[in-house]
Amino acid sequence: MQATNTKKPFNITFYLLIIPVLLWLVFLIVLPHLDLLISSFKIENNNGDMVFSFDNYLAFFKEKIYWLTFVKTASYAISVTVLAFVITFPIAFYLTKVIPKKNAAFFILLLLIPLWVGELVTVYGWMVLLGDNGIINHALMTIGIIDKPINMLYTNFSMILGLLYMSMLFMVVPVMSTLESLDDSLIEAASDLGASKWTIFRTIIIPYSMPGIVSGAIIVFMLVIGDYLAPNILGGKSSLWFTEQIYNKFLTTFNWNEGAAFGFLLLMLSSGIIWLALKLSGQKLDKVGS
Amino acid sequence: MSNILEIKNLTKRFGDFTAVKDVNFTVKDGGFFSILGSSGCGKSTLLRIIAGFETETEGEVFIRGESMKGIPPERRPVNIVFQHLALFPMMNVRENVAFGLKRLKLSKTEIDSRVNEMLGRVGLDGYEKKDVKALSGGQRQRVAIARSLVMKPSILLLDEPLGALDRKLREHMKVELKLLQREIGTTFIYITHDQSEALVMSDEIAVMHEGHFEQIDTPRNLYKNPKTAFVAGFVGDSNRFELKKSENGKLLTAKGWKINKKSYKGTATVLYIRPEALIINPSSDLVDVEIFDITIKTILFDGSNTKLATIVTGTTEELLISLPQNAEFDGLEEGQKLQVGIHCDDLKCY
Repeated sequence: MQATNTKKPFNITFYLLIIPVLLWLVFLIVLPHLDLLISSFKIENNNGDMVFSFDNYLAFFKEKIYWLTFVKTASYAISVTVLAFVITFPIAFYLTKVIPKKNAAFFILLLLIPLWVGELVTVYGWMVLLGDNGIINHALMTIGIIDKPINMLYTNFSMILGLLYMSMLFMVVPVMSTLESLDDSLIEAASDLGASKWTIFRTIIIPYSMPGIVSGAIIVFMLVIGDYLAPNILGGKSSLWFTEQIYNKFLTTFNWNEGAAFGFLLLMLSSGIIWLALKLSGQKLDKVGS
Repeated sequence: MSNILEIKNLTKRFGDFTAVKDVNFTVKDGGFFSILGSSGCGKSTLLRIIAGFETETEGEVFIRGESMKGIPPERRPVNIVFQHLALFPMMNVRENVAFGLKRLKLSKTEIDSRVNEMLGRVGLDGYEKKDVKALSGGQRQRVAIARSLVMKPSILLLDEPLGALDRKLREHMKVELKLLQREIGTTFIYITHDQSEALVMSDEIAVMHEGHFEQIDTPRNLYKNPKTAFVAGFVGDSNRFELKKSENGKLLTAKGWKINKKSYKGTATVLYIRPEALIINPSSDLVDVEIFDITIKTILFDGSNTKLATIVTGTTEELLISLPQNAEFDGLEEGQKLQVGIHCDDLKCY
């Protein structure tokens, strides 16, 4: 954009700067996706030749288990996103509006620690906590509150816990940045005009931080819907996460073409959900991204 | 007129720092009351105590005779126009103005009629649907005032609301605010560091300095008869002279200017003279007027505010004299000597 505005016909700096971006976009995003798209429309006919077909996509709609898995994945991802918001919004509010700035930096650093050790390690951490012989069950039995271990691991509960734990932070950061720009006098003005604390929260704070909430929600939703580790390890056999279906296509049945189609379906359907959420919340993508 | 606001022995301390020191005053119903002071003098803290955002350490605030102790901001009959206006950016003009009325659970028709009436009052008809971010500075100002006034508060508190406007618009809004206040009759308490704003708009002004009130008076009295040295120096322009003890009991400044018409009484240490109190080429039959010679050092041309920087002849005291912009003084030049007079009442000693 900048280059078209300048009078110089060849702005060397501009092209030097744009080349890495273009290389990245073309070779790491556009071409692989095109390849995936093309292979998703191919099946092997009886002669062993690859021919064009919609069968890979039709398989998703014909086989009940596939789209049921997707519905479950999407609805759980939405629930995790909502939960992440409910849990982290007070944290973000506390860190930006209540405690002094210099202490906030320390707490944010603390929040980041789980990211440093990696998802696999935190997932195994949850296994140690939640297992039948895990720390929580052991503690509860020692105190005598229960006499049989509660089955927590390999359930939807443990899966949601794992997904929440790895994605929550990505909600905190954008919400904090919008809350930081919220002038305290807006809150005072609302209270001066007779608004109760709950009304201020509902009519001032939430609408004001909506861009941050939506961008946080998009990140969390995308991370969760595309996650493989937490559902597979913490959710156990019953987890039925859509990424597991894709994994199975590629590595168990070796049907790469159907796997590609499923990958594309995940991309389309999750983008559709985000588009719908943006429409419903009245937010625009360019505003959310900034 | 009855008193709508009464402040009794109000003190506010933040740790070791005392922001407001034992302040007492009353404001008449329907008046325009200004609190004038430089930044950090405690005037904003005082306003926030009245609005209920800060709690007083000692003393009490009464509005219409009722103590405001323990009453939160949302239940006080006052509304505040914030320094940076604090308009709600995610709402349009109408929603901003209707915000407070919605909290009163009024019917939609009543909210609409009150909002429209108020927007008409402040000259914003037809702006209902506009985004507040798309408005000009003056329009935003009016939305903020409308948003508070629509609540029909007993008192409207204004915290330097004109500070962010450019000079021309500020001059215009000064007059507009004063007229608006006259028209609707709500009591205004106006906080400012700009003396011209306070002098133009107010019925009464309190000059605040380091947490306490120096003087509460009408603008004219404040200007004509400042009670303390701080007020004399703070309100309007003044020539300031250090005084020293003289042998004959007459006024004598530190740099040797003897004033024969006025005797030196008590313990005064400073003398203030307004530039416009000096009469150039006074006629000799004036009574109680000290006449002396000056030399023009330079002419500071500033339109209607033009001044002469002069030296009192025979001393090293510098004296600023207002120069009326009429043809009589067009020929003045640097280095020229002039005779100047000052009435004894205009020599303010503290």
